[in-house]
Amino acid sequence: MRRIARSLARNRPALLALGLLVAIVLTCCIGPALTGHAPERIYPDLVRIAPGLAPHPRPETVVPALEGLAFRMRASVSDVIVRDGHVRFVLTAPAPIDARVLTYLPRSDLFGPAQILAREAEGRRLVVTAPVLARTFLLGTDGLGRDLLTRTLVAGRVSLVIGLVATGVALAIGLTYGAVAGYAGGRIDAAMMRLVDVLYALPFVFFVIMLLVFFEAGLGLILVAIGAVEWLDMARMVRAQTLSLRQRDFIRAAEALGLSSATILARHIVPNTLGPVVVAATLLVPKVILLESFLSFLGLGVQEPETSWGALIAEGARALESAPWMLAAPAAFLVATLLSLNILGDALGQALDPRRDSR
Amino acid sequence: MIGFILRRLLQAIPTLLAVVTVSFFLIRLAPGGPFDLERPLAPAAMAQLRKTYGFDQPLGMQFVHYLGALARGDFGPSFSFRDVSVGELLARGLPVSMTIGGLALVLALGLGLGLGVGAALRPAGLLDRMVGLGAGLGLAVPTFVVAPLLQIVFGLGLRWLPLGGWESGAPSHLVLPVLTLALPQAAILARLTRVSLRETLSLPHIRTQRAMGLPAHRIVRHALRAGLLPVTAILGSTAASLLTGSVVVETLFGLPGLGRYFVDGALNRDYTLVMGTVVLVAVFVVVLNLVADVLCALLDPRLRLSP
Repeated sequence: MRRIARSLARNRPALLALGLLVAIVLTCCIGPALTGHAPERIYPDLVRIAPGLAPHPRPETVVPALEGLAFRMRASVSDVIVRDGHVRFVLTAPAPIDARVLTYLPRSDLFGPAQILAREAEGRRLVVTAPVLARTFLLGTDGLGRDLLTRTLVAGRVSLVIGLVATGVALAIGLTYGAVAGYAGGRIDAAMMRLVDVLYALPFVFFVIMLLVFFEAGLGLILVAIGAVEWLDMARMVRAQTLSLRQRDFIRAAEALGLSSATILARHIVPNTLGPVVVAATLLVPKVILLESFLSFLGLGVQEPETSWGALIAEGARALESAPWMLAAPAAFLVATLLSLNILGDALGQALDPRRDSR
Repeated sequence: MIGFILRRLLQAIPTLLAVVTVSFFLIRLAPGGPFDLERPLAPAAMAQLRKTYGFDQPLGMQFVHYLGALARGDFGPSFSFRDVSVGELLARGLPVSMTIGGLALVLALGLGLGLGVGAALRPAGLLDRMVGLGAGLGLAVPTFVVAPLLQIVFGLGLRWLPLGGWESGAPSHLVLPVLTLALPQAAILARLTRVSLRETLSLPHIRTQRAMGLPAHRIVRHALRAGLLPVTAILGSTAASLLTGSVVVETLFGLPGLGRYFVDGALNRDYTLVMGTVVLVAVFVVVLNLVADVLCALLDPRLRLSP
């Protein structure tokens, strides 16, 4: 264990990858609570805002926004002054203005509750002031006006959870299947591995797509579908490990002591295969996340209002011309995650490689 | 060698049978059908439709009929495309997918092998590091991100290439899809070639050749035979990925290939079209795996003996 840790500590890219991964996981877990926006909150007046630190609405958009609101109040707006986070303007209309129309202002996501400063010309002319809200969207907003950063982080939770759970499913199936086949040996082994060979040659992505199209797509089905596809490699690897372990003295000793096959498998075989299995599992997580994103990209994976990186990338790809940041944000998170997991898996594999010490 | 090929061909039969069986029952057991319209049909018309397409028979009988027709090369009529048989649709889609996939395979092989060999020859050199980085990125950047990026840069930005469409295979319409499809596979191949060739180059027999003073290019040629074995072994799955990757690429670039027919067919509950595409793809995957196995056996005589 210490040898592995030391080997990893010497591997600077792996350390960077680990740091990046931890950062991504932490931001996805904690981040959505800190962005100040709920992931489902729609700001209809702030659609496709470009990323940036500046608060919205921008000063230059205040006047057009007010004019739009005034149109709905059947009044016209003039003498707009924006100062110290407040806007002061004059509403005029041919008929006396009902003060209740001013509730349009706080409803618009842009302004706070309005106050009437003066009423002139028998109520046909109102001097109004209202606070201008300041909302920041670090990564901009999407086509519906939702904060992209929050959504990307929430999507990251979904993608990461699917990656971990589906890997767990594949691990459980593959480990059991491979260990049983390898330990049983002979005809049983041959038959079980023949089945794996047959499954291996199937165009599995097509089956997963079929499964998700024909049955209602949902989180559970995605997990099952991905887990069912990805266990084959694991099974092959564990079987090969088990075959060589079976010849070793400590297994023979366990057999001689009369331990049951199940106990030997669980207590002696499986724990000894764990090293390579951990490496394979680390490399499987990015594969699974990629497959899930692929399915969500096609619209077959995670469904609205839930979202995942693949689903966000699909939205971004559709809005490519008008809002390229909608693609950039989730894609950057996805690529960073996959890259760091791949680097980490490779580093673990090197650390566990017994031949490395002799070189 | 011929025995080896025959044995492999025989092994392909259960695989294909499994594909047909699983997909047939998966599709039929799913809720919803091809005749579910927004306005339900009159019961009599529905019964007539079901009779025409043989849905009134028991599922087992339908399966036997389908297998029989398939054995004669008849994929049946399409449900969503009127008056067109699935065979005709596949014949339309196949050339598109084959062109894109074939070109992508050639490009991926050229790039992957070339860069991989170059990197392995000079470990820790500039090319080696670049290839390591590029391959890592190539594995981590999914097709559906690469494609929009290429579209942004070359289609919208530089306006060199069209954003999509087929236009009966005009070369300018092929560049972006082929590139998108080839890059991730090239990354995988480059990585594998690099690792495997470097390992081979450190083996005793290569060291002996060095000690004997053989010229470098002769040594590399010797090493390539063993070093390319793992690469050859995954060629089958590479080709299969190109076929399945085509689902995304064809959707994004609006190409009328097999992947599009498959997705459209699945969404429209077009049973026969979905079955047809899956069977065709499965045949391709099996054949390509066979070719890869044969190539491996040519490179490594030991493999010819094992089943």
